[in-house]
Amino acid sequence: MIEVEHLGKSFGEVAAVQDVSFTAGAGRITGLLGPNGAGKSTTLRILYTVLQPDRGRALVDGIDVIRDPLGARRRIGVLTHSAGSYRQLTARENIRFFGRLHGMGGTVLERRIDELVSKLDMAPFADRRTAGFSQGQKIKVALARALVHSPAIVLLDEPTNGLDVMATRALRELIRELKTEGHCVLFSSHVMQEVAALCDEVVIIDKGRVAASGTPAALQDRFGGTSLEETFVKVLGDQEGLA
Amino acid sequence: MIRTLLTVLGKELMETVRDRRSLLSSLVLTPLFGPLLFAGGLSLSMNRAITSLDDAIPLAVAGADHAPNLVHFLRQRGFTLTLQDADDEGLRAWIAEDVERVVLVVPESFGTQLAAGEPARLQLYADASNSRAERYASRTERALQEWGSILASLRLQARGISPLVVQPLVVDQVDLSTPTTRSTLVLGMLSYLIVLATLLGGMYLAIDATAGERERGSLESLLTLPVPRAHLIYGKVLASALFMTIALVLVIVTSSQAITYIPLEEIGMSANFGPAIALGIFVSMLPFTLLGAALLTVVASFTRSYKEAQTWLGAVLVIPTLPILVAGLLDVKAAPVLMLIPSMSQHLLIQGLLRGEPLPPAFLAVSGLSTLAFGVLLTLLAGWLYRRERILG
Repeated sequence: MIEVEHLGKSFGEVAAVQDVSFTAGAGRITGLLGPNGAGKSTTLRILYTVLQPDRGRALVDGIDVIRDPLGARRRIGVLTHSAGSYRQLTARENIRFFGRLHGMGGTVLERRIDELVSKLDMAPFADRRTAGFSQGQKIKVALARALVHSPAIVLLDEPTNGLDVMATRALRELIRELKTEGHCVLFSSHVMQEVAALCDEVVIIDKGRVAASGTPAALQDRFGGTSLEETFVKVLGDQEGLA
Repeated sequence: MIRTLLTVLGKELMETVRDRRSLLSSLVLTPLFGPLLFAGGLSLSMNRAITSLDDAIPLAVAGADHAPNLVHFLRQRGFTLTLQDADDEGLRAWIAEDVERVVLVVPESFGTQLAAGEPARLQLYADASNSRAERYASRTERALQEWGSILASLRLQARGISPLVVQPLVVDQVDLSTPTTRSTLVLGMLSYLIVLATLLGGMYLAIDATAGERERGSLESLLTLPVPRAHLIYGKVLASALFMTIALVLVIVTSSQAITYIPLEEIGMSANFGPAIALGIFVSMLPFTLLGAALLTVVASFTRSYKEAQTWLGAVLVIPTLPILVAGLLDVKAAPVLMLIPSMSQHLLIQGLLRGEPLPPAFLAVSGLSTLAFGVLLTLLAGWLYRRERILG
């Protein structure tokens, strides 16, 4: 469960996030939807504690991310925007490194790595060095290391960026699986179809503020669009272009 | 904390060991080839200097018939003479053919001038831009002056005047240098090489662990893990320091071997570089690895890319070698206050060791503790730098 209340964050003159509040529940997929530069990534970065907000607060499973960042980090698994891996290490070693830093070890860790390797179909390349991996293989490594400690909350920053059709489908399947396993999944995207296809709950962010939120169906009812894309355009106003 | 340190340390080491290119430049190029090049270059130049001292000097003499006594004197002095006559143009062409050639021309008037007691003219042709020819020419000139002063003495004696009248001064130089102290000038370069090779040993790891990690996009994921950021960076500093230590051992071992190939004894020097000295150098330098690793990590933290880090660190490598330069130029002697300055103190300790002086335990302690303190401070600074949001780039 994620609770975000009146979050604000500026970088010098630029107000990246002005007032963002929403809740994301366990066993649900919540999508942060918005154009480029709307403040989605900044919101996520505050949630995974690499940025400190100027205002407001954010709780993951009731833990304040500002007061207890280490406690918060234990409960979250993060797929960052450009999730690079260590090129000289194999996929398995990359995952193991993260597992160790989560305090795991021994057979528990090895069994968990095996589990992730089979779950993410990584067996053919799990013992190869990640230098030269395709974008899809890289995302799998990054996802596996984010999930190694079985976090209750999973944060994904534009996870399908740069993936081909098959890899995108596989990733969506995986996100649905995470949901059925009871994880709280929060991901950001500027791709409408993706959000429409996956999310139980949509939070539309524009210019650092929440423009609208609710289930895709509720949003469509409220704004009267026939599709989510149309709804999205109506929410943002006609002048807003989507990248 | 220990667990995090070891995990990060292990990962950094594995990454660097597997990367053949950075391994090569960290541990092979400078630590191994540095001393070899140093010894090779030095023994080559020394061999040239030594052999040229003993060598017979080749000298061509034109118009030898005009000065048979002089020719006899030069032969006695060990010159290898070629007698060949030519005019000015012919001589120039001859030297152009072989620039090392030196030609002494005895004009026809030489004999009459000498007999008349006038200054007798001689000409010496040589290409002064050629170092060997210049050396030959100056040796020839010295021999000629010697002959001239013998003639002068004889003339004075013939007139009943003691030759001592024209020799009002005699200077006796008393050389107090021992073979070992003479060699320190040469060996001073060695401590510079040791410091440089040590720093280079950890440079690639320091860059890779900071700027490299940011450039590849793995840093942000790393910072989402439930460990304090500072601990991650301490692990990285430690890994870099460990690589510097390996480079240090390599450069000491290679140097101690390479130095035996330098013909120091032949020019009256001696090098003292046995296992005990090697150990002393290692102990003096060990605290410096933490300082070096932390310094490079701190600088690399400010850079945005691998390339930028490489440029900056290249410049930063000069800083620790500056005190060595100052010490060398000003001929600084070891003193307790100087032991507080990292890299200067290591340089002075290494110099003392190579000179065969006993290592003062107090100096070693002051140098070690001061260098360690600087190292710890810089490591803490690196940790603090990684707590800032700007570290994400």
